Amino acid sequence: MKETLQVIKHEFIHMVKTKGFVIITLIFPLIALVILGGYQFIQRIDAQDTTTGIACVGYVDEAGGFDDISQTVEIALIPYQSPEEATKALIAGDIREYFVITPEYVSTGRIDRFTLARELEIPGSTRNEVRSFLLNNLLQAYISDEKLERAKSPAWFTSTRLDETGQISPEQGGVAGVFLLPYIFSFLFWLAILMCSFTLLEGLAEEKENRIMEILLSSISTRQLLLGKVIGLGIGGLLQILFWFLSGWFILGMVSTTVGGMFIGLEIPVRLIAFGAVYFILGYLIFGTLFAIIGALTPTFREGQQIAFFIVPAGGIPLVFAPFFANNPDHPVTYFLTFFPITTPVSSVIRIGVGNISFWELGLSITLLLISVAVLLFLGAKVFRTFLLMYGKKASLREIIRSLSQA
Amino acid sequence: MSKSADMDTVNVSRISKSFSSALVVDSISFDVRQGEILGLIGPNGAGKTTTIRMIMDIIKPDSGEICVLGERLSAITKKRIGYLPEERGLYRKLKVIDSLIYLASLKGIASHDARNRAEELLKRIDMLPHKNKKIEELSRGMGQFIQFLASIIHNPQLVILDEPFAGLDPVNTEILKEIILELRNEGKAIILSTHRMNEVEELCDRIFMMNRGQNVLYGELAEVKSKYRNNSILLELEGELPHLEGITGKHDYKDHIELFLDKETSPYEILKQLTKQEVRVSRFEVSSPSLNDIFLQLVEKE
Repeated sequence: MKETLQVIKHEFIHMVKTKGFVIITLIFPLIALVILGGYQFIQRIDAQDTTTGIACVGYVDEAGGFDDISQTVEIALIPYQSPEEATKALIAGDIREYFVITPEYVSTGRIDRFTLARELEIPGSTRNEVRSFLLNNLLQAYISDEKLERAKSPAWFTSTRLDETGQISPEQGGVAGVFLLPYIFSFLFWLAILMCSFTLLEGLAEEKENRIMEILLSSISTRQLLLGKVIGLGIGGLLQILFWFLSGWFILGMVSTTVGGMFIGLEIPVRLIAFGAVYFILGYLIFGTLFAIIGALTPTFREGQQIAFFIVPAGGIPLVFAPFFANNPDHPVTYFLTFFPITTPVSSVIRIGVGNISFWELGLSITLLLISVAVLLFLGAKVFRTFLLMYGKKASLREIIRSLSQA
Repeated sequence: MSKSADMDTVNVSRISKSFSSALVVDSISFDVRQGEILGLIGPNGAGKTTTIRMIMDIIKPDSGEICVLGERLSAITKKRIGYLPEERGLYRKLKVIDSLIYLASLKGIASHDARNRAEELLKRIDMLPHKNKKIEELSRGMGQFIQFLASIIHNPQLVILDEPFAGLDPVNTEILKEIILELRNEGKAIILSTHRMNEVEELCDRIFMMNRGQNVLYGELAEVKSKYRNNSILLELEGELPHLEGITGKHDYKDHIELFLDKETSPYEILKQLTKQEVRVSRFEVSSPSLNDIFLQLVEKE
């Protein structure tokens, strides 16, 4: 036991100190900071535009009847008699832009707009104010102010999720809550599992290639070595996920006031954290053991990596199915991906996030994972002993089968 | 348990091992006693490393029994063995001192004690200034020394060294030989495996010679040498070699000649004849066959 602890300590420190681990751990929070920081920066520029003073916008009324500018507040509308006059004012810098309400406006809706600026689209404030100005002048003679206000914005939607019993569901939230968050979470979750598993594969291959394996095995058993490695690296991966989680939470808290309320009201469900940890450990055990077996069977890290790359996409398939899971909780494909051990961890985490996985599914998928891990560990320990010391030689299928039946 | 087994550190009895129908070790038996160096010698592919791996319980024998320190190898007895494998390496990115401490910790040594002992050993081979270097910064020979130190850092009762001199320069080879003899004098049992038989002659108390998985010779080095003496003398002299009685053959070498004596003649009688004829002799040596020669003799016989 003491020796297993030493291996755990050694592997953990060894992993945490590698450049790759540090970079991957820091890069996602950094990317998030850069993206959200950039968003905030652009917003501030936009905001500056409007706060430097109310923009003056000219217009020429060729249709007639558009003369009430009293309700326009965010921009100052200045009427001109002709386009030529307006152009002069534009060139002189008196106005930022002007538009012409064409004679056939009522039947076509055509508005000609002129500006000196290069721009991607009409600034939001101008567009809204001009629309509102047009509506006012079109309708105020016929309907009440209240109805006019409603015509401008006919519907404010508020959505509430109900659960199966008709009660208000505890998990509310917009696009981010239903989809984006589980998606990001399960992606990072998947990445951390892979990171650990690859470190395990790399470590075993290094020990094999460096020939240190035999020195290790002269002190401790293959079981202690395997266990120590798997646990040591697993703790590293768990810490990585925890760091991502906390930094994500912190960054979101910092910016949620500015990012248009997309993440407002977003609470990471406790269920996601608790089961996330369980699935991380089991998922990592599945992949870790699989990779360890590959590491034992292949002579070099490169060859091991090549085989491992066939398994990696298989585990990540559920990421593609995330939207599908949200809409089809009872589809056979959903069931298959939830219960097939390789895809279980990511599928389940997505579905917990989406909130449509039932308790029996959680129970069954965890049971199946546990059984698979046990079987893999059992087979792994057998293969391990035979092949860890086989240097520079690829194991043939016959030898593998023989080692399984003998050891 | 018999009394002799009590004294034996290792007791190997009739072990065999085959890999995919090739018999690599064929029913061999030997023992190693405290305070002795047993030379496990033989050419490449003789089955030495497989034998050692079976002693270390890395490979299971197909048949036969192995007793180490009075019992079948257990996790506890493993801690009392120091093992330098033939295939060896270290973590390239790890510092010298950390490598030693980690490997010692796997043998159950507390890290504080391991550090003291590691520094003591590094000092012994004048490598203390390198303790904070990474393994990859060391020369090959230095790295090999570090591995050797790792195999004795926990003060083991039994030390198994598989080709310890491979890749070492003559100076380092001498230092290593010195340390191995010191370990023997401390009462440790040592198994020294090598295919360079002549290199270890002066170290071994007993030898166990293997060829193609089988034991071909086993016993005290001195006894073996006298048993395989081919009754010849090596001679260097000035002038022509006069006629001598009792000579059956002669072999000329660049700087000396070897004379083969018949069964009735002893080296002393030849010396008497030479003095009588007033020959100026600058070298007179009773030839003792090297382990290599003995091995070749044995193999040719087969």
